[in-house]
Amino acid sequence: MDGIEGASNPMMEEMQANGTGGVDGSPLTSTSRRKNRPIVSGEPLDIEAYAGLYTGRTKIKRLMFIANHCDNPGMQLEALRMANDEIKRGENTHLYREVVQKIDGRLGPNYAMDAAWCSTIERKAEQRKEKLESELNAYRTNLIKESIRMGYNDFGDFYYAHGALGDAFKSYVRTRDYCTTSKHIIQMCLNAILVSIEMVQFSNVTSYVSKAEQTPEALDPPTVAKLCCAAGLAHLEAKKYKLAARKFLEVGPELGNSYSEVIAPQDVATYGGLCALASFDRTELKNKVIDNINFRDFLELVPEVRELINDFYSSHYASCLEYLGNLKSNLMLDIHLYDHVETLYDQIRNKALIQYTLPFVSVDMRMMADAFKTSVVGLEKELEALITDNQIQARIDSHNKILYARHADQRNATFQRVLQTGNEFDQEVRAMLLRSSLLKYDYNIRALRKH
Amino acid sequence: MNTVEGLVNQIQGLSTTASDVLSLQNLLKQADDSLHAESTRLFPFLDQLDPSKHSLGYLYFLEACTAGPVTKEQAGSYVLMIARFITSCIAEQIRLAPDKFITVCKRFKDQVLLLEEPLRGVAPMLTAIRKLQSSSEHLTALHPEFLLLCLLSRCYKAGLSILEEDVFEVDQPRDLFLFCYYGGMISIGQKWFQKALELLHNVVTAPMSTVNAIAVEAFKKYILVSLIHHGQSPANLPKYASSVAQRNLKNLCQPYIELANSYSNGKIADIETYVEANKDKFESDNNLGLVKQAVSSMYKRNIQRLTQTYLTLSLQDIANRVQLNSPKEAEMHVLQMIKDGEIYATINQKDGMVRFLEDPEQYKTCEMIEHIDSSIQRLMTLSKKLNGVDELMSCDPLYLLKAGRERQRFDFDDFDNVPQRFNI
Repeated sequence: MDGIEGASNPMMEEMQANGTGGVDGSPLTSTSRRKNRPIVSGEPLDIEAYAGLYTGRTKIKRLMFIANHCDNPGMQLEALRMANDEIKRGENTHLYREVVQKIDGRLGPNYAMDAAWCSTIERKAEQRKEKLESELNAYRTNLIKESIRMGYNDFGDFYYAHGALGDAFKSYVRTRDYCTTSKHIIQMCLNAILVSIEMVQFSNVTSYVSKAEQTPEALDPPTVAKLCCAAGLAHLEAKKYKLAARKFLEVGPELGNSYSEVIAPQDVATYGGLCALASFDRTELKNKVIDNINFRDFLELVPEVRELINDFYSSHYASCLEYLGNLKSNLMLDIHLYDHVETLYDQIRNKALIQYTLPFVSVDMRMMADAFKTSVVGLEKELEALITDNQIQARIDSHNKILYARHADQRNATFQRVLQTGNEFDQEVRAMLLRSSLLKYDYNIRALRKH
Repeated sequence: MNTVEGLVNQIQGLSTTASDVLSLQNLLKQADDSLHAESTRLFPFLDQLDPSKHSLGYLYFLEACTAGPVTKEQAGSYVLMIARFITSCIAEQIRLAPDKFITVCKRFKDQVLLLEEPLRGVAPMLTAIRKLQSSSEHLTALHPEFLLLCLLSRCYKAGLSILEEDVFEVDQPRDLFLFCYYGGMISIGQKWFQKALELLHNVVTAPMSTVNAIAVEAFKKYILVSLIHHGQSPANLPKYASSVAQRNLKNLCQPYIELANSYSNGKIADIETYVEANKDKFESDNNLGLVKQAVSSMYKRNIQRLTQTYLTLSLQDIANRVQLNSPKEAEMHVLQMIKDGEIYATINQKDGMVRFLEDPEQYKTCEMIEHIDSSIQRLMTLSKKLNGVDELMSCDPLYLLKAGRERQRFDFDDFDNVPQRFNI
């Protein structure tokens, strides 16, 4: 209930934080508030609910990812079982074999290798492929653009269903020459993006997103949202967290569950929220995340993320970090985010440390350690790293455990710079004259040889 | 016999006015071969000449005399004679035959080294340089010889007087290479690392068409001095360095490059094991001492870094962070650094705490203003000189010829301004 209040009235929250935080860094308020707030502990991921968010291939992929990266054998088997069920509904025999091998008979005879199913599917696939080929040939001889496009599209769908992603991509891209309206182009782009994401080739994603955005006609809101998601994923993958955050924040509420073959709205909230925390400064966080009405709807889906963003903004770092810690194990099981969790977490933590020290002339490190739920020694190490990196302008009084802000003396620095630059100039010019003298000598020698 | 005696007479007669000396120069040039042929008999005639009056003639005779191989006993007397000649000769006369003078001085150096008394050569060689050079900016062939003698006799201070002068005119690139290399070593010996870096930098970036041993050795020392002085490996060679140097030097100095890499990782234990493993290589290059200095500079570097982050820190913590064995050792390091003015700090022995201070320089004192003013003056002279050289260059026929040719190739529009061929 506290969180709702925080989200609905961020101004209040901010003032409160400034009022108390300015004096003592607000560890007191955060501890007292936390007592009456239920924090969702790091309970294991509810796989069934999680899988329910997705459809199609990404559901299978995500389940298999969980099975591969989870230490808990119960969860592993659960994930594999659901993946198996899902695959059986489709036609991808590759994945099926893989999953059955992973299950390795641990789920009883119902989940043993079903060779008959495989062969039927493969036989059917063979027939279907022949049929598609003959159809496509017929279209091509008749030179009906629309039909050829449909033919290639069918081929793409077919390959995609059977897991031949490379071929699927080629077929989808081939439809490009036969696109007559911008709608077709967008369909082509979305297909290409989908396959590229599955193939983890995010450079293709970026290029097809921009291609889709360049179509002359205005795009309908769900498509815009989809493209934003795809672009955000591509930026995330390229470690450009700030750009990723901006894209995710742009995603409109029209997305709903329409892009479940790639991303769930919950993911938009998580990815966007974490990237924003890691890369935005305070004002940007306020304007683009907390005050963003669109994004608030997304955040409602993942209350933990909403809470931690608000905590971060109102300087309740301890509870923010606690939320983060609880989320971590689940985020590690996310197919897109797992690789970035550590970096994002480090950045968020550093940001929090920097932000904490910013308004103060001196900070008691014992209080600060309290606020960050760490020991003074550990905090000192972290601060030392940040100061060395020049991210915090301060110096540590290790004796009294106090951090003093340090204000650079512009005048002295200028004098220092001037003298240094003068010396450099002096040296460079002398060296240059010397070299030119040598070159001249070289010239003389050559001239002598000529004559 | 007659010719030599006649020559002696002519020398005695023609050594007063400038025009006479010029004609004497011609005579001596013609007689040079016969003098060399009779070199063994010339020694007694030297007594008939006064080096302070008949410098040119004396020089020719002396050069011919000393041409042959020399025994240790002879060397003793030659050294005395040449040293006397160098101190008393007339600069104007010997400058007429600089080659002869340089040869004589080089032999002098060889003989001093043969006697294993390099110290005896230092002062005369400095006088010789002063007499030979037309201005203090002129680098003569004797500069490297002088520095070598200084190095061998460990008279580094004497060498510094020459190093403080800026040289711009160079006769032979080899002279410059050696001058800068020896100069670098002398500066290292005097712990004047800034100057050493500058000199070694000159060697490494000097134009060269093939790699030479001097440049390779200089590059090794350059890396080490850069580690000691700046605490980091030198940046890549600048663009103006010759392509030969850029391509080859790194490959030829692999152990040093790796040392610099492991230095930048900041782990003292790693670098020490690396040095231990490659001790032979460093020792055979005579660089082991410098390598050790580089390693110990790492402690300093780490302590300096601490001053950026801490206001107070216990000696124990310093020892831990800088990877020293005991607080006592840390105290010694900090103390030494405070003494050398490398950090500003006070040690509180009661609590075992070190308090780091800011640089007390406020840039307000008269001395500082004077220092800044003198720097400005220096830079102004320098940039005037630069302009002068630039003007000279733009009037240089050889340069214009080349520039004109290149322009023709690239830029047809500007072609009118520059005549196609200069009639020189």
